[in-house]
Amino acid sequence: MSTLFSPALAARFDKLVTLYPLKRSALVPMLLYAQDEIGYLSDAVIAEVADRVGVSELEVRNVISYYSLLRTKPAGKYHVQVCTNISCMLRGGNEILDHCKKKLGVPNKGVTADGVFSLEEVECIGACSWAPAAQINYDFHENLTPASIDKVIDDYRAKSKTGATK
Amino acid sequence: MATLSTHPDCVPVVSYRFGKGATDVDTYVRLGGYESARKAIALGAEGIINEMKASGLRGRGGAGFPTGLKWSFVPKQSAKPKYVLVNGDESEPGTCKDRLIFEHDPHSVIEGTIIAGLSVQAKMGFIYLRGEYRYLLQITERAVAQAYQKGFLGKNIFGSGIDFDIVTQTGAGAYEVGEESALMESLEGKRGIPRIRPPFPAVVGLYGGPTIINNAETIATVPHIFRIGGAEYAKLGSERNGGTRLFCLSGHVARPGVYELPMGYNLKKMIYEVGGGIANGKQLKAVVPGGSSTPVLTPEEIDIGMDFDQVGKAGSMLGSGGVVVLDETTCMVEFALRTMKFYQHESCGWCIPCREGTDWLKKSLTRVHEGGGVDKDIDNIRYLAENMLGRTFCPLGDAAAMPTIAFVKKFRKEFEDHLEGRGCPKHRAPQPEPALV
Amino acid sequence: MADVTLTVDGKKITAPAGTLLIEACRAHGIEIPAFCYYPGLSLQAACRMCVVRIEKMPKLQTACTTPVAEGMIVATESPEIAQARKATIELLLGNHPLDCPVCDAGGECELQDMTFKYGAHESKFVEIKQHREEQQWSPVVFFDRPRCILCYRCVRVCGEGMDVWALGIQNRGAGSVIAPNKQDHLECEECGMCIDICPVGALTSGAYRYKTRPWEMSHVGTVCTHCGDGCKTTLGVRRSNDGMEIVRGDNRDKSGINGDFLCIKGRYAFDFANRDNRLTRPLVRQPNGRLEEVSWDDAIEFAANKLREIRDTKGGASIGVIGSNRTTNEESYLLQKFARTILGTNNIDHHRTADYPAFAAALKNHPEASLRDIASAKAVLLLGNDPTEQHPGLAWQIRTNVRLNQARLYVANHNLIKLRRQATQFLQIPEDGYPGLVAWLAGTDAPLDEDKNAVAFRDALRKEESLVIVFGAEFRGHDVSALLQLGAAFPNVKFACLGDYANSRGAADMGLYPDLLPGYVPVASSAQFAQEYPSLPAQPGLNLIEMFDAAEAGSLAALYIVGANPVARYARHNEALHKTFLIVQDMFLSETAQFADVIFPAANLYEKAGTVTNTFGDLQLVKKAADRAGVRTDFELIVRLAAALGADVKKLVPFSPNSVRADMGQARGAQSGEADRHGVWLAAHHLEPKLSPFDPFAIFDEIQRLVPAYNVPRLDLLTGNDQHLQPA
Ligand SMILES: Cc1cc2nc3c(=O)[nH]c(=O)nc-3n(C[C@H](O)[C@H](O)[C@H](O)COP(=O)(O)O)c2cc1C
Ligand code: SF4
Ligand code: FES
Repeated sequence: MSTLFSPALAARFDKLVTLYPLKRSALVPMLLYAQDEIGYLSDAVIAEVADRVGVSELEVRNVISYYSLLRTKPAGKYHVQVCTNISCMLRGGNEILDHCKKKLGVPNKGVTADGVFSLEEVECIGACSWAPAAQINYDFHENLTPASIDKVIDDYRAKSKTGATK
Repeated sequence: MATLSTHPDCVPVVSYRFGKGATDVDTYVRLGGYESARKAIALGAEGIINEMKASGLRGRGGAGFPTGLKWSFVPKQSAKPKYVLVNGDESEPGTCKDRLIFEHDPHSVIEGTIIAGLSVQAKMGFIYLRGEYRYLLQITERAVAQAYQKGFLGKNIFGSGIDFDIVTQTGAGAYEVGEESALMESLEGKRGIPRIRPPFPAVVGLYGGPTIINNAETIATVPHIFRIGGAEYAKLGSERNGGTRLFCLSGHVARPGVYELPMGYNLKKMIYEVGGGIANGKQLKAVVPGGSSTPVLTPEEIDIGMDFDQVGKAGSMLGSGGVVVLDETTCMVEFALRTMKFYQHESCGWCIPCREGTDWLKKSLTRVHEGGGVDKDIDNIRYLAENMLGRTFCPLGDAAAMPTIAFVKKFRKEFEDHLEGRGCPKHRAPQPEPALV
Repeated sequence: MADVTLTVDGKKITAPAGTLLIEACRAHGIEIPAFCYYPGLSLQAACRMCVVRIEKMPKLQTACTTPVAEGMIVATESPEIAQARKATIELLLGNHPLDCPVCDAGGECELQDMTFKYGAHESKFVEIKQHREEQQWSPVVFFDRPRCILCYRCVRVCGEGMDVWALGIQNRGAGSVIAPNKQDHLECEECGMCIDICPVGALTSGAYRYKTRPWEMSHVGTVCTHCGDGCKTTLGVRRSNDGMEIVRGDNRDKSGINGDFLCIKGRYAFDFANRDNRLTRPLVRQPNGRLEEVSWDDAIEFAANKLREIRDTKGGASIGVIGSNRTTNEESYLLQKFARTILGTNNIDHHRTADYPAFAAALKNHPEASLRDIASAKAVLLLGNDPTEQHPGLAWQIRTNVRLNQARLYVANHNLIKLRRQATQFLQIPEDGYPGLVAWLAGTDAPLDEDKNAVAFRDALRKEESLVIVFGAEFRGHDVSALLQLGAAFPNVKFACLGDYANSRGAADMGLYPDLLPGYVPVASSAQFAQEYPSLPAQPGLNLIEMFDAAEAGSLAALYIVGANPVARYARHNEALHKTFLIVQDMFLSETAQFADVIFPAANLYEKAGTVTNTFGDLQLVKKAADRAGVRTDFELIVRLAAALGADVKKLVPFSPNSVRADMGQARGAQSGEADRHGVWLAAHHLEPKLSPFDPFAIFDEIQRLVPAYNVPRLDLLTGNDQHLQPA
C-alpha cells in the first residue's frame, strides 16, 4: 500500500496496530507521530490513518478535534508553548508569554512569516516546581526569565538554518 | 533535567534510586531492582494484596483510595482478559511528580506494574503518558525494551512460567483523559469522554476486562513496599495514611521543588522550612494544598498534617500533592479566573453543567477581573459553582466548582474590590466596555 | 426477569429487575424529564435533567442510567430536584438563541416545555450570546448550531439506529459541536431521523422549514403511500385556496407499526399531491382527437353509455379492467365487484408484485409475521430482497431487534446487501440460487456441502427454536411452497412475503385477479359469493398481458384502468390502445392516460379514507388528510359509473341499515375528530347511522363477511390500531 510516511514511520505504524487487543488503540499515538513527521494532520494523512486503524475519516476527525496537541493546520517548525497556568502565572508566566509575542512578532496561536516559529499559550505542562516554563516542540525549558527565553529562541533560530528539529 | 529537591526531613522511598542512573536496567538491578517482583511471584496473589493492605498505601492520583483494597475488588474469575493501567497523564495544575519518576526510575513503574498484574492474574499492562512527556516516553520505552531483554517481561517472566507484557502509550493533550474511565476511552482510540459508572474499572474496564488503574507514583511505590515491607512502609506515614509521597512545592516559595516527605507532614513546616518560606520576604496569603482542584486554604488554616484525612477535615483535599503557595501580592480573582480558564479549556463537553458552567464562570470571572463586574456577579458565580457541584457526569465539574466556591467564600472582599468598573487593583486592567445588563 | 418492588414519590411500583428507573417510572405514569435519554439508544447521562433523589445515595442520581432495585426509595420531584433542573436549563438558555418565534420547533420544542415547567425566566448572564450562521448540510438537513443542546440523539439514531454513522461530535468543552461526515455537508440516506429526534430546532427539515407553525396545521395520522411496509406517517395539513395542502410528513406520535422509524419517502415524498400539473377536470376525447375538459356528469354519462353499449353488444368478455397497488382495499374490492357483477367480466388484473396467491395457498394455517413481530423475533431468516432499499421499515425493525435483543439474523442474498452487517450468518448465492439453497437446507439436494459458509449457515440455522422467515419476490409459485415446507420443520415459525407498494397485498387479497375472487377463492368455486354476487362469469378472465394482446388483436373493446400506468410499465406500443375504448382514472396525464378516451381526475391515498393491508398482512386505517378541489376518490367514481350504467347501487354498495354496522366518519378525515368519537360511541352501542353509497365502510362490511381473514374487531381498527390478519 502506498503511504505518505517515511519507510521508518510506516514500518512503525504497521507494528503499532498489532500491539493492542484492538487496532483502534493505535489511533492517538499514530496521529501524534504522523503530525511530528508531516507537521500537521492533512486530509491525506487523515485518510491514510483512518484506513490503517479501520475507522471512518469522520471518527478520526472527531478524535483529532478532541486533543489539544493535534492540529489540522501547519504550525511553525518550532512550536513555542508557554505555560501560564497557576504555578507559572505566579512566577511570571504571563510576562514570558508577552515577551515571546513581542520577540516573535506574532499573537497567541500565530506563526512567524518565515514559518520557523509558532507561539501558543498552553495549560500546565508539569513543570510547576520549575516555573515559569515553556516547551518548544517536546523540549522543556524551565525557570525562565525574559533573558533566558530570548537565548533559547535565538539558539533555535540558529538551528533552523541547519534544519534540526530538536 | 528535572531533579528532586532535598531537605533533611525528606525520606527517600519512591525517590530512593533517583539520580543514580537507574534508568539503565543493570544499575536498577544492582540497586536491588526486580527483587520485589521475584518476592511477589513467591507470595502469590493473596500475599501481594495482603502486603499492599498492610502498607496503608493510598492512591497518589488524587482520590486517595486504598490501593490494596482497590486491587482486591478485581474478580478472580473473568471471561475477559484483565489489565493493569498506569496513569501517567499527570495534568493537574501544580503537579509535576510523576515526571520525575519516569525520568529517574522508569523500571520502578515497570516492576510495580508487574506486581499489580500478579495480584490479579493480569497478563498485560499499559503505561499511559501524557503527550507532552515525549522524552519520558522514550526513556520508558527503552526501559521496557531492556526489561524484555532480561526476561522480566514477555513469556515466562523470571522463569516463573507466568507471561506478562507491557505496552507504552502516549496521550495527545487532554486533562480529562487523566480521569480513569476517560483514560480507557483514550487508550481505545476514542475521544476522552468518561464512562458511565457503575460498572467500575475493577469489574469492567479496558476493552471490557477487569482493570486495575493506578497513578504512576502509586505503582512506582509498590516495589519499594516489597523492598522494605508493608508494615515498615506504613509506619513512615501517619494514621491510615501509610508511607511517604512526592510533594510538589510551587508558587511563591523561596525553594520550590519536588520533595519526598512522610504522609502527615505539617503543611506550615513544609512551606516555611522545607520550602524556605515565602520568596522575597513577602507575606503568605493562601495555599492550594493538592493541585488546582482543591479548595484554597488561608494562612490560619495551614497548621495541619498533609494526609488525606487531616486536609479533608480542614475543608480541602490532599489531591495530587501539588502545593501551590500564594503571597500577599496575588490577586485572588485573577487566580480564580486562571483556574477556571483551565477547567473551561479542559472540560470534555459531555455534560451540560460542566460544559456550560465552566464556560459561564470563565466569562463572568473575566468580566469581574477586568472591571465589567456588577453586584449580582459575585453571587451568580457562587450560584453557578454550587449548581455544578455534585451534578456533573464526572468529577471534573466538581474540580472546577469546589475551588471557585472557596475563593468566593474566603476572599469575597477582593471580588467586591473589582466591581463598579474598578477592575483588578493589581493590574488596573484596561476598562472594557461595561457589558450590556 | 424477576420483578422488583420500589417506592417512587411514595407510591409502590414494580418493574422487571434491570429496568431503568426512568422507564419504570414512565410505565407508571411518572414522567421524568430527559434530553439525552432516548428509549432504545445507548445511554449518555449527559444532560442531567433526569436527576432524582434515591435514599442512601450521596448525590442526586440520573434516572436514565440507574436500574431499579428491590426496596429502592425514590423522589422524582422536590425543591432540590427542581432547582437542579432549573439550573441546567439556565445554563442551556445562557447561549441558546431565544428565536422561538421564527424557530421551526417553536411549539414542539422540549427545551421550551422544560423552561416552562421549571421556570428559568430571569437570565443570570450578562454576556452576549455567541451567534453562528446556520449551515445547510444536505437538501433536507439544516443545522443551527447555537440551538443545539448536545443531547447526541441525532448522532446515535444515525449510527446505532440507521447504521449510517454520518454524524459525529467534534471539539470539546464549550466548543463541542455536532459534525457531518463530509466536514461541511452530509453524505447519507437522508432518512431525516436526526431531524425528527432533535428535541429542539437545531436540526430542521429543508422540506418544511419556515413554511408554517405547528399549531396552524391539522395533524392526521395515516399510512404512507409508498412501500409495502405501511408505516404510520402523520401529515401536517393546512388550508390552501384549492383544498387542504400537505405541508409536512413526520412520525409525530411514534404509535404506528414503524415505532420510532420513518424513512425519506414517508417523511418527504408527499409533494406529488401538491403538484400543479394534477388533473382536476374530467377530460373526454373529441371527434377531432383532442382531449377537452367537460363536466363530471357529461364525462360519466359518456363513459357509461359507451361501456353499456359495448357490454350489451359485444359482451362483458370484451371489456378489461386493471386495478391499482395504491388504492384502498375497499376500492380494489369494489372495482372487481363492479367488473364481475356489472360489466360481467373476469378480465381483471393489476401490476403484480409478490406471488401472494402462492403464499396464501402454501400458508394454510401457518402463522404469518406482522411487522411488529420482526422487532421481537428470536431469529430472522432473510432470503432475497434488500430491505434497506425496498422495505426501510422492515430493515429498521431488524436492526433494532439485533441491537436491543441480540436477535440472530441469517441473510442469504445474491447481492452484498447492507443488512449483512447485522447478520450472524451471511451467505452470498447466485441470483438463481434460491430454490437450490432451500432444497439443500431442506436436505433434499446437496450441491452446497462443499461450501464452508453454507454449512456453517445451515448448522447455525438448524439450532433455532423460533424463527421468522422473510422472503422477497425472488420466490414465486412452487419455490414459495417449497420454502414454507422447509420452514414448517422449525418448532415455532412465522412467515413474511415481501411485495412492493402500499397496497399490493390488499389488491391481491381483494381479488384483482382474472381467476381469483376476494380471499383467493377460485372463480370456479364461487359458491359463497352467490348470494352477494347475483351474476358471476364462470370462466377465468384474461390477465394484464393477455388483455393488451387482445387489445392489439382488436378483440378488447374497452379497457377501464384505475390508478395504474401499464403503458409506462410494460412499454406496450400505442396501436394496442387505439382500437380500444379506454377509461383512465389518475392524478396525472400519465403515459397511459394520454391514450384515454375518458380521463377522471382521481384522489390519492392521502386524500381518501379506507383501509390498506401491508405486505405482512397488517390491516390499517387510512384517513383523509389532504384535499384537492376537483378530484374524486376512485370509490366514488366507480359507484357513479355503476349508477350511470343503470346498476342497482344498493346491491353494489350495500349501505342499507340492516346490513351495515357504522360510519365512523373517517371519510371526513382531518375534520373527523367529532364524527369519530360520535361514530365510536354509536358502534359501542350497536346503533347505526344512515350511510351514503360513497362510504367505503359500507363495503367494508361485505369484505368482512366474504373474506374471513378481514373480519377483525372493527372498533380497534377504527380507533387507529393496526390489526394483524389471519392468513387469507
Ligand atoms: C478530571 C480528572 C483528572 C484526573 N487526572 C489524573 C491524572 O492526571 N493522573 C492520575 O494519576 N489520576 C488522575 N485522576 C484520578 C484518576 O481518575 C484515578 O482516580 C487515579 O488514577 C487512580 O489512581 P490512584 O488510586 O493510584 O490514585 C483524575 C481524575 C479526574 C476526575
Ligand atoms: S464533568 Fe461532564 S463535561 Fe466535565 S469533564 Fe466530566 S463529563 Fe465532561
Ligand atoms: S436523560 Fe439522564 S442525563 Fe440526560
